[in-house]
Amino acid sequence: MIAIKNLHKKFGKLTVLDGLDLEIAKGGIFAVLGPNGSGKTTLLKCLLGMVIPNKGTISYNNENVLKKWEYRNNLNYLPQIANFPANLSVIELIKMVKNLRPKESNEQELIELFGLNSFLNKKLGNLSGGTKQKVNLVLTFMFDSDLIILDEPTTGLDPIALIHLKELIEKEKAKGKTILITTHIMSFVDEMADEIVFLLDGKIYFKGSIEALKTQTNNTNLEHAIAHLISKQHA
Amino acid sequence: MLKILKYSFFDLMRSRWSYVYFMFYLVLGFVLLFLNNDIDKAIITLMNIIIVLTPLIATIFGVMYYYNSREFTELLLAQPIKRSTIFMGQYLGIAISLTLSLALGLGIPFLLYGLSVSTAIFNFSLLLLVGAFLNFIFVALAYNIALSTENKIKGFGYAILMWLFLAVIYDGAFLISLVYFNDYPLDNFSLIATMFNPIDLSRILILLKLDISALLGYTGAVFQQFFGTNIGMISSIGVLSLWVILPVFIIIRKSNKKDF
Repeated sequence: MIAIKNLHKKFGKLTVLDGLDLEIAKGGIFAVLGPNGSGKTTLLKCLLGMVIPNKGTISYNNENVLKKWEYRNNLNYLPQIANFPANLSVIELIKMVKNLRPKESNEQELIELFGLNSFLNKKLGNLSGGTKQKVNLVLTFMFDSDLIILDEPTTGLDPIALIHLKELIEKEKAKGKTILITTHIMSFVDEMADEIVFLLDGKIYFKGSIEALKTQTNNTNLEHAIAHLISKQHA
Repeated sequence: MLKILKYSFFDLMRSRWSYVYFMFYLVLGFVLLFLNNDIDKAIITLMNIIIVLTPLIATIFGVMYYYNSREFTELLLAQPIKRSTIFMGQYLGIAISLTLSLALGLGIPFLLYGLSVSTAIFNFSLLLLVGAFLNFIFVALAYNIALSTENKIKGFGYAILMWLFLAVIYDGAFLISLVYFNDYPLDNFSLIATMFNPIDLSRILILLKLDISALLGYTGAVFQQFFGTNIGMISSIGVLSLWVILPVFIIIRKSNKKDF
C-alpha cells in the first residue's frame, strides 16, 4: 500500500532520514517507534507531502505522491500538536474541514463519543489542551479513508477518552484500514500494534511483530526491548 | 482557493485589530474632513498618512497572520488541497480585509461629506487605489519574509526593517545621492529610482495628480511630463502591479519548496 524507497532528508546539516526503505501492506496497525529526534514525524510528514524529501520516492496505492495533492483525499492525519485558529468555534472548524473535503463524514457520532456537544459553540482559543486534542481526533476520524496517520494521539487525553480512542482505532482496523501511529507510550503499543517499525539513525532498524522484537532482544517486556534497541544507538 | 480565502478573511474580520484599524481610518476621515473643511487638503494629509501607515500595518498583519496561523496552515496542508491554493487564499484574505478596512473607513466619511458631487472624487479614488496596492504589495513582501524565517522574532524584525528601509532609509539615501551628484542631470535617475520603491512611486503618483508639482521644480516638470500623461499613469500602475506579482510569484515558489 505504501512503498518508500531510498528516502533522504536533511534539515541544514542535520541528516534526519538517510536512505530509508519501508513497505507497508494494507490493513493493520503499525507503530512507528524510535528515540526522540529519530525522524518519525519527518517520515510521516514526507508521506503527507508536508516535508519535501531531498531524494527518494514514495508511492501510495502504486502511485507516486511527491508533488501531488489529490491522494490526500484518501488519508486522514492527526497532527502532533493541536492548535487551531483561536477565533473559530469548534463547530465552525468542523464545518470548514468538511467543506474542504467533499466526502462523507460522521462527525456527529464522534462528537457524542467524546462528549464535545457542550463545547461546539465555544471558541477554540478557550479550550483546554485535552479538549483540543478531542476536536483534533474528531477531525481525523470523521472521514472514511484507507490510511489513518496518528502522530502522538494520546497526548492530553483523559482515561475515558483514551478508551474511546482505542475502540475507534480497533473499529477502523476491523474495516481493513491501515493505521500508522507514533507514540512513546509502550503499553499503548503493546495493546494496539500489530507490527513495529523502529527508526534509528534515519533508517529502519527493525520491522516486525512485537513477538519477534521480544525474541530478538531477549526481553519479555516491550518497554525494555525498545530501551534495549535505543541503547544500541549509543553503544 | 475561495474557501481558504473566505476563512482567512472572516478570521481576520472577527479579530479586534481589524476593527481598530477600521475605526482609526473612520475617525481620521471624519476629523480631517469636518474640521478642515477643505477636501483637497484633507486628501494630501490622508496621503501622507496612508503612504507610511498602510505599508506598516500591512507588513505587521502579514507577518503576524502567518506566524499565528502556522499550526492551522499545517492542518490545511494535510488536507487534499494544493499548496499554492492555501497560501494564495491566505494572502488574498489578509490583503482584501485590510483593503476593506481602508476603503470603508475612509469611504464612509467622504461619502457623508458629499464627495460624490465634488470634483475631488478622482483624486480620492486614486488615493484608495494606491492604498489598496500598498496593502497587496506589503502583505506579499511580509509573507515572503515570514515564509523564509522560522524564528518569529527575527521575522518581525526583518519585516519592520524592510518597512523602515522602504519608507524612510531609501528616501534618505535617494536624497543624499541627489545632493552628492548635483552637478549631473538626475531627472531620469530619480524617475527610475522612484520606480524601485513602491512607497515613493505611490507618493509621486498622488502628488502629481494633485497639481502641486510646481513645487518640485525642474525635476517636477520632468515627472509631470511623465506621470501626467496616460503612458506615465499606466506604466506606474504597471510597476505597482509588478510589485504585487513578483512577490506573489516568489511566495508560490517558496511555499512549494518549504518543509512544515
